[in-house]
Amino acid sequence: MSLDFNQLRIVDVSRTFGRRRALNKVSLTAGAGTMTALLGHNGAGKSTLLSIAATLLQASSGRVAYGDIDAATGGSALRARIGLLGHDLYLYPELTAGENLEFFAKVYGLDGIARRVAAALERAGLTDRRDDTVAGFSRGMRQKLALERALIHEPRLLLLDEPFTGLDEAARSALRDRLRVAREAGAIIILTTHDTAAIEGLTDATATLVDGRLAA
Amino acid sequence: MKAFARAVWVVTRKDLLIETRTREILFTTVFFALACVLVFAFGFVKEGRPMEDVAAGILWIAIAFSGTLALGRAFERERQGETLRALLIAPIDRPALYLGKLLGILILLAAVEILIVPLVALMFQAALFDHALIMVALLVAGTLGFAAVGTLFAAMLVRTRSRDVMLPVLLYPLTVPVIIAGVRGTAALLQQPADLPMARAWLSFLLFFDIVFLTISLWTFEPVMTE
Repeated sequence: MSLDFNQLRIVDVSRTFGRRRALNKVSLTAGAGTMTALLGHNGAGKSTLLSIAATLLQASSGRVAYGDIDAATGGSALRARIGLLGHDLYLYPELTAGENLEFFAKVYGLDGIARRVAAALERAGLTDRRDDTVAGFSRGMRQKLALERALIHEPRLLLLDEPFTGLDEAARSALRDRLRVAREAGAIIILTTHDTAAIEGLTDATATLVDGRLAA
Repeated sequence: MKAFARAVWVVTRKDLLIETRTREILFTTVFFALACVLVFAFGFVKEGRPMEDVAAGILWIAIAFSGTLALGRAFERERQGETLRALLIAPIDRPALYLGKLLGILILLAAVEILIVPLVALMFQAALFDHALIMVALLVAGTLGFAAVGTLFAAMLVRTRSRDVMLPVLLYPLTVPVIIAGVRGTAALLQQPADLPMARAWLSFLLFFDIVFLTISLWTFEPVMTE
């Protein structure tokens, strides 16, 4: 079940939806302890590329390699090393903050769940809201909880789709700090954003997608 | 195998926890099933005497209709926060995810049946408890067959816009054999005297259906859920 990698290589990946080509021969490499920003307008293919990297979507052509392995051979062991934070936050509003984290920790088969959940709530600044249902949380609180949900299994590859959307300056600053910590811990972070100000001085590389192609 | 069973239970437990908190699916399906039985009772009970052989049909129609409602809502919950994507990226086997959702739906439908079976017995003066063991076996096997196919289709349709329309359109033609077997098996039990060999034959058919469609669903769930 144990599997690890220190590089993500996306090589000539294309993806079509019917007659529409969402990605056209996109290549990208990211190493452990780095943060890469994917920029581009709506519909440029950023979320599609993240979904392919997350193994949720198959490329029509090209290859995605996680170290020496690919999605087809990596299976559930590979998925255990990937964390994804989508534009939707992947939280159950009917469950409390603690229950959400506990559920995902169990789904990932982690040990020391109580300790991990307490630490995650502490990092999100939500320890005193542990037993409150997520339905009553603000967007910023949900975003922080969702990030901790995505990080609870300490993934090697962290994929974030528009993580700064709807956050005030304090929450953006806290998110930037949390991402720095994850990067220093050796995560390969790839995030999409329209908000170039939010990632200033944060990322190691940027790639811009225009109509499914990487801009030169 | 232990990890697989644990993953199934984690998914089921989460669904039941949400349901005990909201009671949304339970209340709507129970209300719908009760309304269904009562409306049929007004139509088919004249001067306190029910028409012959209608109880079995009404029971299974109520189960099928309320089951469809429960299936749709169970996956709508996963769609709203896109939590299905989070489950699909998690390192649990996809069949475990399927079985977890199926088990949650079966428990909810069992709760509905606990209420509507006595109601049908009362309203239609049907001797549903005379052969309780085989009646329970018919209900379990029939509900499992219906929910096994329904869970697969509800998961498949979760990303489509017309899912509420498409679910019954796809589900009913495929589960007609389950409903017919349930109705005929129950009707055989309600005969005076009860035709037990016939009821057992329909029960065997339901078990065969369950094995075939559970196998197909477990086998196809992973490719179906990969975009």
